[in-house]
Amino acid sequence: MSAIIAIKALSKTYASGHPALKQVDLEIQPGEIFALLGPNGAGKTTLISIVCGIVNPGGGQVLVAGHDIVRDYRASRGQIGLVPQELVNDVFETVWATVKFSRGLFGKAPNAAYLEQLLKELSLWDKRDAKIIELSGGMKRRVMIAKALAHEPNILFLDEPTAGVDVELRRDMWAMVRRLRERGVTIILTTHYIEEAEEMADRIGVIRKGELILVEDKDVLMRRLGRKELILHLKEPLTSLPASLADFKLELIESGHGLRYGFDSQHDDTGIPRLLAAISAAGLELRDLKSKESSLEEIFVNLLKEGV
Amino acid sequence: MNLYAVRAIYLFELARTWRTLLQSIATPVISTSLYFVVFGAAIGASMNQVHGVSYGAFIVPGLIMLALLTESISNASFGIYMPRYAGTIYEVLSAPISPLEIVIGYVGAAATKSVILGLVILLTAGLFVDFEIAHPVWMLIYLVLTAFTFSLFGFIIGIWADGWEKLQVVPALIVTPLTFLGGSFYSISMLPEVWQTITLFNPVVYLISAFRWTFYGVADVNVWLSFGMTVVFLLACLGVVSWMFKSGYRLKN
Repeated sequence: MSAIIAIKALSKTYASGHPALKQVDLEIQPGEIFALLGPNGAGKTTLISIVCGIVNPGGGQVLVAGHDIVRDYRASRGQIGLVPQELVNDVFETVWATVKFSRGLFGKAPNAAYLEQLLKELSLWDKRDAKIIELSGGMKRRVMIAKALAHEPNILFLDEPTAGVDVELRRDMWAMVRRLRERGVTIILTTHYIEEAEEMADRIGVIRKGELILVEDKDVLMRRLGRKELILHLKEPLTSLPASLADFKLELIESGHGLRYGFDSQHDDTGIPRLLAAISAAGLELRDLKSKESSLEEIFVNLLKEGV
Repeated sequence: MNLYAVRAIYLFELARTWRTLLQSIATPVISTSLYFVVFGAAIGASMNQVHGVSYGAFIVPGLIMLALLTESISNASFGIYMPRYAGTIYEVLSAPISPLEIVIGYVGAAATKSVILGLVILLTAGLFVDFEIAHPVWMLIYLVLTAFTFSLFGFIIGIWADGWEKLQVVPALIVTPLTFLGGSFYSISMLPEVWQTITLFNPVVYLISAFRWTFYGVADVNVWLSFGMTVVFLLACLGVVSWMFKSGYRLKN
């Protein structure tokens, strides 16, 4: 399948001299949900802004549905809807007027029925005649999504879509993203909530200091870089590890009341039966044991700390 | 051409005018009416005719031009500065629109407002003084040309400005003084010879002179030179706007 977005050697250095992107290569497949993760200032918003036409690229090439974003900007931009990070709206306009404006801006003929359906889907229909300034923060965020979807785009960029929204709205938005994906819309989101990426994304990209350091299928990433741990709680605390357990690379935790054992769950030999036998042979008694899998957040933090 | 986009911007901008009718139309009409009352009816009654017309009638084209220039610049600069300031410009920049279409939408709306305002002031002037329009078609052409040219100039200011103060600086400190000194209230032939020469460096002189010609058939400077100067200024503004979009100056970087 050919990529719906193909980014080749994209770079951008701002007038201040700050290199925001360095030779980024990335392909987004049609219909996928792609999460772009990275700390503040990593280049996520710059990357999105270039693809959407808000920032001029420094070097490289971006194709959207096969159309070059510079030479064939009409065709490429028409495919894209963008929900930016900041809550920016024409606050003195009504919800209906601003959504209608967005549709026209993208060259689409008026379609009141579609806009009505869109506003209903986002629970905004009752507020259609309200001025945006009168709406709550969550409602304003919904208006921005409605604006981005007003021209029926095939690709939706969500830049920190749930920053500062309550749990209920966040869940609503996740459900909406899934519905859009079912309709074939490709979704690229940046987020600080790793839980969000873990919940929704098919693939994950990690960007750090303008470099895309990793792009991976989410499940593969969690299997590959994720670590499983076995936590063993002891009846009696230890001051040091017995010499017979030295080969297992155990970590003494909880003031000697626990042992942490890391293992590869994909490997046939996890070493757990031998470990349990060795613990028993050493005369240690167990009170409890549990296993724990690394979250995407832990993987992400490690990636940023260590690089790839 | 993305006509839906041009229409969307144009109507969106005009909608703002109707929402702020008092500020957009009523305020300039009232302030211009005060000029007619003070300079036309009160002071003008005791003044001689200028170029064969009463002083009250003589100042009509200059006052319309004064309102047209300031409002064109103000409307257009505010129109593009506001989305930059609020951050909503992202939507225009990410839409499939060419720079020309953006300019037609924003500048067209600003010029439309100014032309409407100019015509309202013209009608208002009729309530205070008697005047005639010798070349009505040329008057309309020049009204539209000037409104569009100075709206384009305002659009440039709206992109250039990085704060509210800068937005006001050019209209307040440059355009208004040049308009007052450009023959709005007098014929430059009434000035001492040295000042007549100096005044010719003021571009607004050409605008007012040509506009007055469309009313009374008399001008301080050659009419075609005035038209030519206006067109040259229009082309220069188009060049600057084109460069701004091409380079992304204060829009995309």
